[in-house]
Amino acid sequence: MDYNTRLVVLSTVMLGVASGLVGSFLLLRKRSLMGDALSHACLPGIGLAFLFMVMAGGSGKNLIGLLAGATVTGVGGVGLVLLIRNTTRIKDDAAMGIILSVFFGLGVAVLGMVQSVPDASAAGLEYFIYGKTASMVLDDFLLLGGVTVVVLVLSALLRKEFTLLCFDEGFARSLGWPVQRLDMILLGLVAAVTVVGLQAVGLILIIAFLIIPAAAARFWTDDLRGMLILSASIGGLSGWLGSSVSSLLPGLPAGAVIVLVAASLFAFSLFFGSARGVIRRMAMQSRLRQKVGRQHLLRAVFEILESKAEGEPRAVRNEPISFAELCAKRTWTAARVRALLSVAEREDHVDRFDGASLCLSESGFGEAARTTRNHRLWEIFLITHADIAPSHVDRDADSVEHILSPEMVRELEDKVGMKRIPASPHDLSIPVAAPERGGVVG
Amino acid sequence: MIWLAMDTWIVVIGALCAIACALPGCFLVLRRMSMMGDAISHAVLPGLAIAFLVTGSRASFGMFLGAAVAGVLTAVFTQWISQWGNVDRGASMGIVFTTLFAVGLLLIVRAADHVDLDPSCVLYGAIELAPLDTVGSLTIGGTLLEIPRAFVVLGVTAAVNLLIILLFFKEFRLSAFDPDLATTLGIPAGLMHYLLMTMVAVTTVASFEAVGSIIVIAMFVVPAATAHLWTDRLGPMLLISSVVGACSAGLGHLMALTVPGWFGFKDTNTSGMMAVAVGLLFAGSVLVAPRYGLLGRVRNKRIVRGSEAPDPAGVV
Repeated sequence: MDYNTRLVVLSTVMLGVASGLVGSFLLLRKRSLMGDALSHACLPGIGLAFLFMVMAGGSGKNLIGLLAGATVTGVGGVGLVLLIRNTTRIKDDAAMGIILSVFFGLGVAVLGMVQSVPDASAAGLEYFIYGKTASMVLDDFLLLGGVTVVVLVLSALLRKEFTLLCFDEGFARSLGWPVQRLDMILLGLVAAVTVVGLQAVGLILIIAFLIIPAAAARFWTDDLRGMLILSASIGGLSGWLGSSVSSLLPGLPAGAVIVLVAASLFAFSLFFGSARGVIRRMAMQSRLRQKVGRQHLLRAVFEILESKAEGEPRAVRNEPISFAELCAKRTWTAARVRALLSVAEREDHVDRFDGASLCLSESGFGEAARTTRNHRLWEIFLITHADIAPSHVDRDADSVEHILSPEMVRELEDKVGMKRIPASPHDLSIPVAAPERGGVVG
Repeated sequence: MIWLAMDTWIVVIGALCAIACALPGCFLVLRRMSMMGDAISHAVLPGLAIAFLVTGSRASFGMFLGAAVAGVLTAVFTQWISQWGNVDRGASMGIVFTTLFAVGLLLIVRAADHVDLDPSCVLYGAIELAPLDTVGSLTIGGTLLEIPRAFVVLGVTAAVNLLIILLFFKEFRLSAFDPDLATTLGIPAGLMHYLLMTMVAVTTVASFEAVGSIIVIAMFVVPAATAHLWTDRLGPMLLISSVVGACSAGLGHLMALTVPGWFGFKDTNTSGMMAVAVGLLFAGSVLVAPRYGLLGRVRNKRIVRGSEAPDPAGVV
């Protein structure tokens, strides 16, 4: 790699790290598009700064002057977004849209005026929109490095404060923390990253850099520190991979390639993320569905066996029951019962299912008794402690019983004061001999 | 300042574009999806590029179709990511439109050798040149009128948007304010959402070819937000936003011709100044709108404070 390529790769990596860090806080504050509004609002500042510098007799292309102008209008624009949101009935998405378009329009108008300056050296100003990644110089690199160091140090120092700001602003305020000032510091960091990144890599890439790494990192962890580290790494990695690839294949704009690398990392995380990824969540849901299905099946069988023992709890014995009985017990289709049974057979809860009759295995019978008992415990608890009518309690119990932990079951036993399997509380309101007893849906 | 027939055409085209955008924009603002216009106008780039590579020509129905499809896909992908991945809607919008824009940029660069398609022309457009591209002429009262293509395209777009909104007024209104209630009443709220997104995408594409995406982004949000300050009813909101949009077109072009003169410049582009003009109208409304404006609220407070002493109704 030659000197220039190294410079570009290092710069994009640093920018990725810095914006990954800042972007995490933005994402958690649900302000991801703030970078979008801010970066567009920088444009009039650039044009105006150029005009002022030309009028003052300067060259008009002094980098520090242009960046200062960009910062002023950028931060001013975001301040206006907050002002509109807080003082009028306009919601923050519309406030952002208004500031973004009006400021960008102003910028386009100012640049349109600048173009007619006889000097005409303003043509180069448009790299603020598309970036000039491949032609970065040492000054850009140093500026980026400085901002990255500041972002790293401040995020490390203020991590606790920013965390509270992101998760519970009201609590932070009630603790007496200077929430407003913290918000300003965070906004200042975003502005610094945006302005410096804008002229280095362009508008679209900086918006992407502020959103995508943080959103990708969120799929892998629920811990803020882990998320910060991961988000910074994803940002750095996409900067490194993207700029390397674009340097190998000349003619590809580095900014676009970096965005695509980050987007691929995001897509991978979306599906395979270990904390909130799609596949992981689908697996968890299907496991829960399976558990619910198993418990419903076992309880249904147990209640059939119970009805055969004719109200004598000690006489419930594990004996074969017919498939038709089981289907009639709940509002299940025959296909659904067959599916449940085949799972139960695999789990060794049922043996001897020949299509017409079935019998629980030893472990299945124990599990059925336990499940039924949990359900009844919870029902009785709801009736006696939560004042829910016995006729409604089955549904309510159903939504919780599948996630009762052993500790909670023990607590329930103490509260309700029962050790063995209680009779179904529905019998309290329904005569024991009534045939409807078996038809309870739950 | 000299006002020519061409200036009139520019204002008329700008006003048509503003009305075409402001109508669906009201629903975007009410449904808290104002940034969708921004997202879609960036994300249509790959659609334009692919359509260009396939058909090989710039001004074609293919381009229009490709961009509209890309716009609708933006809405679909945003929905998927925020739903499946449990990602904040704003963030998922940002992910989708930056990615699609990057794809579009790459495609354009790959084909750049023989392509006269450059992103800045998509972003800024050239409303000043729109009247020069004419489709035919008309003689009214002895004067010959050259009809610009943009006038026809934007007029049709505005009319179609108006027609769709009038046809499905009840459905749109209900799914804008209460999608769940709409669903229970048998109105397909999801379908209405995608119909709205299609309208946004088509309007975006139809407009920015003629006038640039800055006007489009501004006109989707700002007139609707301005109207929202003046009224609580959807019908008047649609009307006020159209009027605000149309006024800002005239005001913007006037400003583009005159304002730079105050600072010693010749003139500037109308697109940017239209966005500034509609921004000024919004700022004015923030101040003077009767109920939701700052002055109105101060007055209301004073009335409340004044009525506290005698308490004529005897409520307290």
